[in-house]
Amino acid sequence: MASHDHSYLSDMEVRVRALETLLTEKGYVDPAALDVFIDTYETKVGPRNGARVIARAWADAKYRKWLIEDATAAIASLDFAGRQGEHMVAVENTRDTHNMVVCTLCSCYPWAVLGLPPVWYKAPPYRARAVADPRGVLADFGVTLPETTAIRVWDSTAEMRYLVIPMRPAGAEDWSQERLAELVTRDSMIGTGLALSPTEAAS
Amino acid sequence: MNGPHDLGGAHGFGPVIAEENEPVFHANWERRAFALVMALGYTGAWHIDTSRHARERTPPADYLASSYYEIWFAGLKRLLVEHALVTQAEIDAGKSSSPPAALTAVPAEGLVEKLRAKNSYERPALAPARFKAGDRVRAKVMNPYGHTRLPRYVRGRTGTIAAIRGCHVFPDAHCGTENEDPHWLYSVAFAAGDLWGPQGRAGDEIRLDLWEPHLEPA
Repeated sequence: MASHDHSYLSDMEVRVRALETLLTEKGYVDPAALDVFIDTYETKVGPRNGARVIARAWADAKYRKWLIEDATAAIASLDFAGRQGEHMVAVENTRDTHNMVVCTLCSCYPWAVLGLPPVWYKAPPYRARAVADPRGVLADFGVTLPETTAIRVWDSTAEMRYLVIPMRPAGAEDWSQERLAELVTRDSMIGTGLALSPTEAAS
Repeated sequence: MNGPHDLGGAHGFGPVIAEENEPVFHANWERRAFALVMALGYTGAWHIDTSRHARERTPPADYLASSYYEIWFAGLKRLLVEHALVTQAEIDAGKSSSPPAALTAVPAEGLVEKLRAKNSYERPALAPARFKAGDRVRAKVMNPYGHTRLPRYVRGRTGTIAAIRGCHVFPDAHCGTENEDPHWLYSVAFAAGDLWGPQGRAGDEIRLDLWEPHLEPA
């Protein structure tokens, strides 16, 4: 199986390289531009952007209010505007309601704050089950919610992009925004996880 | 279209398996395929709705057996041939054998700014919104052969308008055309029990962003 996987990937490597050569020869792509796309989403735009938004919202009640009322503007104020973040909505988890984000039709995801989506977010198991069995999906992630918490699943069928504001963990009351951001995981901003407690973050 | 991409509520795919410390790309070809899709998109040869539909048209068995970047790569090749930018023979050979079409590459210079630009899919409204928050609506029963952002699992089901999002470019009409045909976009809340019957848990809710042509009063 391993050798099969290896040759399969090599095959894709060859095909993609061949297409890149053809499109460059035609003058349709600038290879240097390809490097900019890759560098931007591999090293610059990622979930640490979103974590800074959440940490600010936890620490600053005025910012939190703005984020919930007009997420696009509140996020742009931290300089995280851009592609696949054109129309942002921030949804807040509480004891009563837990939010979870999916795109059942493709892979819509708030790139500007979370970067490119992980493989599981784009694959059939999550896209099929998040809307019909969100508790089962949370169990796959090792998360159990209280019986009394309702789940609200957001299926990203338009250009609206959703960012979950996870509940702020106890034990970090006097923390700076920089330290708070360390508690904010990517999955907690998708709604498939919770923010880390200070003890979890330390281990 | 009722394609393999419309996965909401499907059974049998097994558990969600997340990779620990997952890298952004798993192979170099994924980097290059991603960048090629982006680079061609930014030339304006087509737009995002046409691009999504090209991926949806991957034959069902292939779609479900492919990784997401393989689906992106298949969609890109489909669009390149359909838009007469390359021929299938050229793709197979990896070499140009005909003069290029009039399409200018997006330069690296200024690209970072382009990626950070504040764009919008919202357009001036041509008519007042038909629905308001709290209205009960039904997702229409329809099975269009072309692109639609109305998933099968809500068609014919009744929900409630939770919010008005604005008047947005309508992908169902925009796909494959330059006609943005903007319509009012709504956040529509469906009770889990109304979608899934006994398998839906009381109190749980699924919200979708749907355009006015997807909806009728209930």
